[in-house]
Amino acid sequence: MAPVIQKKKSVASKDDIQKDFMEAINLSISSYKSQVRNNKKLRLIDIFATMLVVIGVFQTAFVGLIQDNYPFNAFLAGFIICVGQFVLLMCLRLQLTHPFEGISKSKAFGEFVVASLILHFTCLHFIN
Amino acid sequence: MSEIAEKIVVPDTAVTANENDTTTQKDGNCVSWIQSSLKTLIFIAIIIASISSRLFAVIRFESIIHEFDPWFNYRATQYLVNNSFKDFLNWFDERTWYPLGRVTGGTLYPGLMTTSAFIWHALRKIGLPVDIRNICVLFAPAFSAITAYVTYKLTCELKDEKAGLLAAAFIGIVPGYISRSVAGSYDNEAIAITLLMATFMFWIKGLKQGSILNSSFAALCYFYMVSAWGGYVFITNLIPFHVFCLILMGRYTSKIYVAYNTWFVIGTIASMQIPFVGFLPIKSNDHMAALGVFCLLQIVALGDFIKAKISEKKFKVIMWVSIILIMIGGIAGLFLLTYLGLIAPWTGRFYSLWDTNYARIHIPIIASVSEHQPITWPAFFLDTHFLIWLFPAAVFLMFMDLKNEHVFIIVYSVLCSYFAGVMVRLMLTLTPVICIAGAVALSKLFDIYLDFSPIFSTKKTGTTKSSVMTVLTRALVSASFIYYLYLFVHHCTWVTQSAYSSPSVVLPSQNRDGSMAIIDDYREAYYWLRMNTDYDAKIASWWDYGYQIGGMADRTTLVDNNTWNNTHIAIVGKAMASPEEVSYELLKEHDVDYVLVIFGGVLGFGGDDINKFLWMIRIAEGIWPEEVKERDFFVNQGEFRVDSQASQTMKKSLMYKMSYHGFPDLFPNGQGQDRVRQQVVTAADVEDLDYFDEVFSSENWLVRIYKLKDLDIEGRDLSDFAEFEKSKNTKRSSNKRPEIDLRV
Repeated sequence: MAPVIQKKKSVASKDDIQKDFMEAINLSISSYKSQVRNNKKLRLIDIFATMLVVIGVFQTAFVGLIQDNYPFNAFLAGFIICVGQFVLLMCLRLQLTHPFEGISKSKAFGEFVVASLILHFTCLHFIN
Repeated sequence: MSEIAEKIVVPDTAVTANENDTTTQKDGNCVSWIQSSLKTLIFIAIIIASISSRLFAVIRFESIIHEFDPWFNYRATQYLVNNSFKDFLNWFDERTWYPLGRVTGGTLYPGLMTTSAFIWHALRKIGLPVDIRNICVLFAPAFSAITAYVTYKLTCELKDEKAGLLAAAFIGIVPGYISRSVAGSYDNEAIAITLLMATFMFWIKGLKQGSILNSSFAALCYFYMVSAWGGYVFITNLIPFHVFCLILMGRYTSKIYVAYNTWFVIGTIASMQIPFVGFLPIKSNDHMAALGVFCLLQIVALGDFIKAKISEKKFKVIMWVSIILIMIGGIAGLFLLTYLGLIAPWTGRFYSLWDTNYARIHIPIIASVSEHQPITWPAFFLDTHFLIWLFPAAVFLMFMDLKNEHVFIIVYSVLCSYFAGVMVRLMLTLTPVICIAGAVALSKLFDIYLDFSPIFSTKKTGTTKSSVMTVLTRALVSASFIYYLYLFVHHCTWVTQSAYSSPSVVLPSQNRDGSMAIIDDYREAYYWLRMNTDYDAKIASWWDYGYQIGGMADRTTLVDNNTWNNTHIAIVGKAMASPEEVSYELLKEHDVDYVLVIFGGVLGFGGDDINKFLWMIRIAEGIWPEEVKERDFFVNQGEFRVDSQASQTMKKSLMYKMSYHGFPDLFPNGQGQDRVRQQVVTAADVEDLDYFDEVFSSENWLVRIYKLKDLDIEGRDLSDFAEFEKSKNTKRSSNKRPEIDLRV
């Protein structure tokens, strides 16, 4: 979630609000670090998610660069698969950090795999 | 149908049996076995009831496709069965919308056809070669059984199995749903309601458990729904709205995040696979709500993460500042994108949902369809009977519980009640929620009033008198409600058989002696076309009959029920509304060979072309305001008349001449009695047709077909030629006379 927090920095205008924001961001980052430090699975998920964000941004930048989105479906499929996989990863992450009742961690992972397969199949189909 | 009635009442008594069983709990194993076998039995009864009550049309008439749109679906299914799936998706139909043609494969929802073709192939594989027509006819009843099961599952999530069984029984026989799913009504809605319920069922499940799997199923059902019906936009907006409400109520949890995001991501990308939908989900404003809530959820999730770390007071400040900034940014972005034309402006149908007069003013073609008219009050009662007054009570009861799933039902019912009030056809989406809510309310009532356990416990506590009173009131209340249930079944059966089981291709009527007669003029005429005209003949008719001509007569049509091109429809409207010589030019330009009109004056059939004529005029006027004027067709008092007082423009119009051509001659003294409009048309009112020849009129003159005369060999104008012929020979050919006083 780190990349999303970065955007927030530019938001503050007044001094005290800015201070609040800085404090909030610092606290979040530190607690995030402590959460991740001893959990390899979460670190793996986060690295994957960051990679997806990078790929998504790269694709958009590429389309912006060549000023043309001709096979629009292909671009869309590529972009949506990044967003979709990112979101699914976040869902899995939420379930791993605070498991819901009735869904064990391994079950959550299994469901995540099924959903990702469906997502990948449709996106591949959409790319043509 | 009385046996069905008994079967439907079965759930209530059985449910109470279940309930009494559970309260005793002596030998749990045996009881649960009895419960599950009773449940199975009830389900079999519900399925039999829901299928058999939809078979009136087949038993009364025959196994035939109904109405208008189903004929196109049927034709498309035939095409799919005879060709490959790829051909189907690339199907360019040059036999409709002549001379434009229609990219049929890219402009239809293929879900219905694909499903029935799949069933057809599957049955052939297991050695049951069934005619595709029968599959299409029986498609809707079969899916209604599945709907009953899915509704049961959905209601179980809301309350318990007792309510579920009631809801399944209600949805199985409620007329509001039967209206679109009788046997032969092979329309998109037949499958769409099943999928609607399935999507909602998985959505509620996914939301309750926070399960990725269930949400993925919801997305897959949503995809299937998108492939089957344009009404999928309802789901696209309802689910985000539900989530939005939950967030506003401060009920955000990670489960909502999981359920919504999984559904949205998979559902959106999957819905884009349907050619007709294409890039709409990211371009049209109808879908923007879903996208907006998706973005909102990401922010809320982030906020939730931060909230856990810092003090509440500081969080509030941060929250408000962020919300304001994000709202400003979001609205500005939306306006900018719409302004730049990157996302489509709000579509006309969307406006007509909010402003009921919008369609009437701006898009006559939408307003001209009777199912787009606002609903009338009696229709609510006719379609749902006593559930309609249980419905508000049920929504109130939902407020008492108010878990997330109850919020969903509340949101669904409020939105849908409004929309059903705007458009008759949306009654169809309201009916399931009425059934569910009604079932929940009724089962809550039965929980209390059908519980006679105080009888057995009187000896221990309380006086006998008060317990007798309790039992008496309970018996009274539950007896009256069981009587209501009985009435409901009675009403449903009656409405189904009297109002919703007519194929409208074949019309029922009665002979003088009361025996049933079938008026089969449509098929007679279409068969005549099929047998007596050239395969490439072009038929001009009002768009209502386009699909039927395509399906039954297999001839090329100018316009049909797809109504994608308003101008093209206006051309036909103009041809019908103009004087003969103008129409002849116009129709010749479009290569038309035959003109077909529906005339109910002989039979007293109200849905004929003269009654639809005003819409033709309005639509034509929308394109050519100079040449066609609605005002000219009224008499001075502002009335729409067809007798001797009719306006000159009316009498000169092609539609009038074609409808009443030879009509007065049927009657003694030439006093033609129009049975629809109760007006007298005399021979002096009806001028001769100079440019058209009557080639066919069906038995009761319901369908009349005219052929365009060829251009004169000597290059004369056809009206001059007709004058010349008339002066030469005054003998008039006699028309065949139908037996007009045969039917009542």
